[in-house]
Amino acid sequence: MENMKELPIKNTAVGIDIGSTTAKLVIVENGQVLYAKYERHYSQVRQKTVAMLADAAHLLKGKTVSVAIAGSAGLGTALSADLPFVQEVFATAETVRTLAPETDAVIELGGEDAKIIFFDGGLDERMNGSCAGGTGAFIDQMATLLDVTNDEMDELSLAYSRIYPIASRCGVFAKTDIQPLLNQGARKEDIAASIYQAVVNQTIAGLAQGRKIGGNVMFLGGPLYYCKGLRARFMKTLKLDEEHAAFPPYALYAVSLGAALYGDKQKKPLAFEELFQRLQNSVGEKEELSTTPPLFANEEEYEVFSARHGKATAEFGVLEDYRGKAYLGIDCGSTTTKLVLISEDNKILYTYYDSNKGNPVQIVKEQLGIIYSRMHEDAKICGSGVTGYGEELICHAFHTDAGLVETMAHYSAAKYFNPKVDFILDIGGQDIKCFKVHNDSIDSIILNEACSSGCGSFIETFARSMGYTVEEFAKKGLFGNAPVDLGTRCTVFMNSSVKQAQKDGASVENISAGLSVSVVKNAIYKVIRAANADELGKEIVVQGGTFMNDAVLRSFEKEIGRNVIRPKIAPLMGAFGAALHAKSLNLETSSLLSKEEIQVFTHTAKGITCGGCGNRCHMTVNTFGTGEKYISGNQCEKGAGIRTEGEPLPNLYARKRELLVSRESKPGKKKLGLPLALGTFELLPLWHGIFTALGYEVVVSEFSTRKTYMKGQYSIPSDTACYPAKIMHGHMEELIEKGCDILFYPALTYNMDEHNSDNHYNCPVVAYYAELLNGNMESVKDVKFFFPYLNVNDEKACAKELYAYLQKHAPEENHTKKDCKKAVAKGMADYRAHMAAVRAEGEKAVDFARKHGKKILILAGRPYHIDPEICHGIDKLAVSLGFVVVSEDSIAHLAKVPPVQVLNQWTYHSRLYAAAQFAAENKDVELVQMVSFGCGVDAITTDEVRAILEKQGKLYTQLKIDEITNLGAVRIRLRSMLGALEERARKEGNQNGR
Amino acid sequence: MEDKKRVLFTEEMRKDYTILVPTMLPIHFRLICRVLNHYGYKAEVMDGKSEKIKEYGLKYVHNDACYPALLVIGQMIDALESGKYDPHKVAFLYFQTGGGCRASNYIFLMRKAFEKAGYPYVPIISMSLTGLESNPGFKLTLPMLVKGISGVLYGDLLMDLKNQCRPYETVPGATESLAQEWEDRLYDDIVSKRFSYRRIKKNYRRIARSFAELPMDRSVKKPKVGIVGEIFVKFSPLGNNNLEEFLISEGAQPVLPGLMEFCLYCVYNMVADVDLYGGSKFKRRIMNFVYKFLLKKQGDMNRIIAEEGFDPPLDFEEARQGVQEIIGIGVKMGEGWLLTAEMLSLIKDGVNNIICTQPFGCLPNHICGKGMMKPLKEKYPQVNLVAVDYDPGATKINQENRIKLMLSNAKPPEEKAAEKEPALV
Repeated sequence: MENMKELPIKNTAVGIDIGSTTAKLVIVENGQVLYAKYERHYSQVRQKTVAMLADAAHLLKGKTVSVAIAGSAGLGTALSADLPFVQEVFATAETVRTLAPETDAVIELGGEDAKIIFFDGGLDERMNGSCAGGTGAFIDQMATLLDVTNDEMDELSLAYSRIYPIASRCGVFAKTDIQPLLNQGARKEDIAASIYQAVVNQTIAGLAQGRKIGGNVMFLGGPLYYCKGLRARFMKTLKLDEEHAAFPPYALYAVSLGAALYGDKQKKPLAFEELFQRLQNSVGEKEELSTTPPLFANEEEYEVFSARHGKATAEFGVLEDYRGKAYLGIDCGSTTTKLVLISEDNKILYTYYDSNKGNPVQIVKEQLGIIYSRMHEDAKICGSGVTGYGEELICHAFHTDAGLVETMAHYSAAKYFNPKVDFILDIGGQDIKCFKVHNDSIDSIILNEACSSGCGSFIETFARSMGYTVEEFAKKGLFGNAPVDLGTRCTVFMNSSVKQAQKDGASVENISAGLSVSVVKNAIYKVIRAANADELGKEIVVQGGTFMNDAVLRSFEKEIGRNVIRPKIAPLMGAFGAALHAKSLNLETSSLLSKEEIQVFTHTAKGITCGGCGNRCHMTVNTFGTGEKYISGNQCEKGAGIRTEGEPLPNLYARKRELLVSRESKPGKKKLGLPLALGTFELLPLWHGIFTALGYEVVVSEFSTRKTYMKGQYSIPSDTACYPAKIMHGHMEELIEKGCDILFYPALTYNMDEHNSDNHYNCPVVAYYAELLNGNMESVKDVKFFFPYLNVNDEKACAKELYAYLQKHAPEENHTKKDCKKAVAKGMADYRAHMAAVRAEGEKAVDFARKHGKKILILAGRPYHIDPEICHGIDKLAVSLGFVVVSEDSIAHLAKVPPVQVLNQWTYHSRLYAAAQFAAENKDVELVQMVSFGCGVDAITTDEVRAILEKQGKLYTQLKIDEITNLGAVRIRLRSMLGALEERARKEGNQNGR
Repeated sequence: MEDKKRVLFTEEMRKDYTILVPTMLPIHFRLICRVLNHYGYKAEVMDGKSEKIKEYGLKYVHNDACYPALLVIGQMIDALESGKYDPHKVAFLYFQTGGGCRASNYIFLMRKAFEKAGYPYVPIISMSLTGLESNPGFKLTLPMLVKGISGVLYGDLLMDLKNQCRPYETVPGATESLAQEWEDRLYDDIVSKRFSYRRIKKNYRRIARSFAELPMDRSVKKPKVGIVGEIFVKFSPLGNNNLEEFLISEGAQPVLPGLMEFCLYCVYNMVADVDLYGGSKFKRRIMNFVYKFLLKKQGDMNRIIAEEGFDPPLDFEEARQGVQEIIGIGVKMGEGWLLTAEMLSLIKDGVNNIICTQPFGCLPNHICGKGMMKPLKEKYPQVNLVAVDYDPGATKINQENRIKLMLSNAKPPEEKAAEKEPALV
């Protein structure tokens, strides 16, 4: 480390920093750094510490040294070796203060933590909250996903040409955004840079929280030291020039240097030999861990288990020898691509399973080439089917005969192994899918939400980070004597549970076994929400790549207390099902590209932005050698260049948007702004009416876009609040930019009483968000922000309260009591008219659907879910699938709230129950519930809505939405639902026919 | 709704049913249970120590529901499954708040969980300050209520004195055993024939004095760390991974506003509701009377604490009025404005280090906890605030690391080293 200031350490000091993935050791003597070492510890925390110290022994022998340990995984070591411990952020601050006192802010990214320290204007040290992991470990995961090394990813990112929006909340979310981009063929260069940008956004949104990062900014930690691309993104986003961005040579060692400084100040030096001895003694020490019983008591148990599962196998044939018709199935999944070729008698002739390496098209091309070259000339592919995330891309590229939704493909395959199957659980790389089968048709489909995908790829990345392959890691888990209890939340939480286990000295064996148990518990309790095995089913088939891991399979059987069938081709089930489906088409010839066509096949992908509407979708244009194009990433048909024929289907979401903003404003003395977010989506007519009547020029903010969110992102104090609330900040900024003198968003404990619930509250966030805005938005201080507490259920009281408030806060306007009364009356009338119009439109849409024989879909959520940025065009997607879309509030009056098992006390939520009842009562009506991530109230409503629907044998589908939503996954869910409905209709038709 | 389906706690059951109370504040709840026993109910506080609580919670409660719901219901199912009780002979008593927070749905989540676990017949008695579902076998009488309130105040007193003494005790364990001794004595005293307000005040005095007489070394001042937040995770060692213990072991002095504050907050909201949204003036008058009454009783206790040389607990009325410069007191869901008020009062009392505890994704706390930190910091730049999320998946190490960071700034490290030395005995 050259050009470094001298450290104020006279004697010898050792600083040890043990982070989540790496260990760092420095030796400082006479103010100089004598030695510095940085290594991955592969969770062998204590062994590594001793080994690193041993490596440096030649410098320390016979000396008296002072020492301190820092780092998230170092606490346990420090305690059991009785050495001083210093919190890592504190240590960093110490180093920076000593070596670069001119620094105003420090951004430090570590393996799993992100930290910001502000020095100017009052020291402020911050760490990421527990739901915002994803920094170093996140970048590692993403590199794995792109199938490149970290260095390669860095290299790639420097050659980017565009940035895609990638969710920045946590790794799991980001992954679900990146996967479709990969599948759609976006350039790796662009994705790499976008990943870094996501890290930057997360750091700023999650940590700065309204405080501006400026002046001299120092960047520390591994990722920022190694990734030039990441540095570039930070500098660009924070608008820093070379002079104000510092990347010091000690970026990796800031914490360990701080520990050395701290250790020196303790004035408790000890002989090096003593230090070494103490650390060595700590290696064997074990702390008490929460554990579960081992997966197998002994080897014999494992053998019995293996023999049992060995029986569930498919028959295989030899590709080269086979003559006759063959059928191809392709499963283009989120992380892997699978191919299966079967014979007329369902023998498997060829299989392929591997990571799609970010380019599934290339892989399918290669594989088809191999199959064609090995096939006998008397054999012929007579049918081909494709399923999975990449279905459409592959279908367009290779002209397969059929595309089918994943759920259907899996069901066909499972039925082949157990015709009586009544429950299928598939845990793949990214998804957990499970469905119940009732009367030979799929009865209910449950998919994991974006937040809980602690699935296969999680174990894989973990195994790799600890230096094992998945297979080795799984094998180790089988015989862990005491699997660690790691909790069941999302990946990030599991990551920190593992960190804790490592700190406490758990072995790799027990961590591996513990992870398997966690994945299983996550699937059963968090995703499926089952209380016991009987709720799942009697004839259970499990599949998907993750179940090839015997530790996972065993954990599952133990957890539900029942044996299940895992076909030997578990990871290939989707492709196998697609092949079976292709066979069932009974075609003479397949439209699949021929041997010759494959040889000359080419594929290029280019990113563009659609200008079709305000959504500005980022799309990828795939061009194939034949000159054909396939466009992906679009939210509606417009982008794909398709025009729908005939009368467009009613879409209440679009209609409500029109109704809401069709309000005239008169010029007035003062401009009053209404932020179009949260409660305003329903009460806009009321406030608009009131303030227009009072003589204000009312300005309403526009429907949100991603930009709206970014505009206000800087002042959001609670990152885990829901997106509809967080976007409010952007609306406020927008209104201020538009020159409003006054902003208005009232605090309403109570919403409108619609007399169908026990009470009529707003949720706490809708009710009191104004208080938060007032406390956290600097810009609001430049204007007037009115947020009275009002009673909207009593015109008289409302007028009185409004009058009192205006008297106090705007006395210069001289509003009279009478004015207020008249204004409130006008507003109420406007509001009632608006709601009546919404209901009338709802009825009209229902009539339309019935006249034209269309299915009705209630897209149930809250009024603010009609915001195109919040529902991400799901309404349009549903319309494009042939549904007439209505909103919950447009038809809630057509049914009565059924008796519910919860306290029905929120106005908006009560409509959900009525809407569900309407769907339950009507054959042609289906309901899909949209739930914003972080919505606490929906933890209560979702179970209830499901119960209302299922009581009448209806399917329940829930879509969790957030900042960014993977429309590909939504499409699969809606299509699965459609598939299941068609299947049911077909069954019923058959029965009636008999 | 669906009232007829609800399993009632009948007069019959009163005779031989055990009423189990999930734990939150061990001392308070034990005293309250004693009052119930005295009036003929077989009540028992659960100890919350079973390993399986979390697991049962995760299994039977929607995982996105709040963590306290999970822990409370987990305790209940654990008791039913433990084999310690005959499930046909137990009922549960639960204290709840009601209002616009989703916590008012706990009772329904409990019934759902019981159904799912196969105990649909177990009655649940919900008790709240805002009214309760009627159960023929359970009647709250005025003497019961009065004794219950004194139980709350005694609990607050012991909790407060314990936290003020433990960090400074020179005989390890002395504070704890004194508190235990008093808890046992009060256990009988609270239902004795000699129960009177005069006697209660005398007890306050005797308790405070005995704590003041503990051998303590106050030569090195320890940093005070306030704990505020969602009521369950703030108070319950089960919910917050033994936060008080942890702080003491790190050489800090925990400062916890008491349970009575929460009661006062609930009562006052009924007064404020009428002011803000209209309603029965009579109800307002009654509630205002109750508010003033409780305030007075708490004031008596606080005064005695101060007179015996301890830091007095926060002045509720002052806190309520002061908070309005930061947040409106119409914010009444969950802990609402009380949370902000407690932070503000702690700061004003010189407690500059504050941990705001909340279950992950707690809705009201987005506003009143994390949402009010910036305005508080603006006004009082010296404060050292940290928000810590509690959750079945959140790890202790993550929480402790954040708290440690806060503590490192609570005092210069040089002092810390000095404190590590055992105090002179």
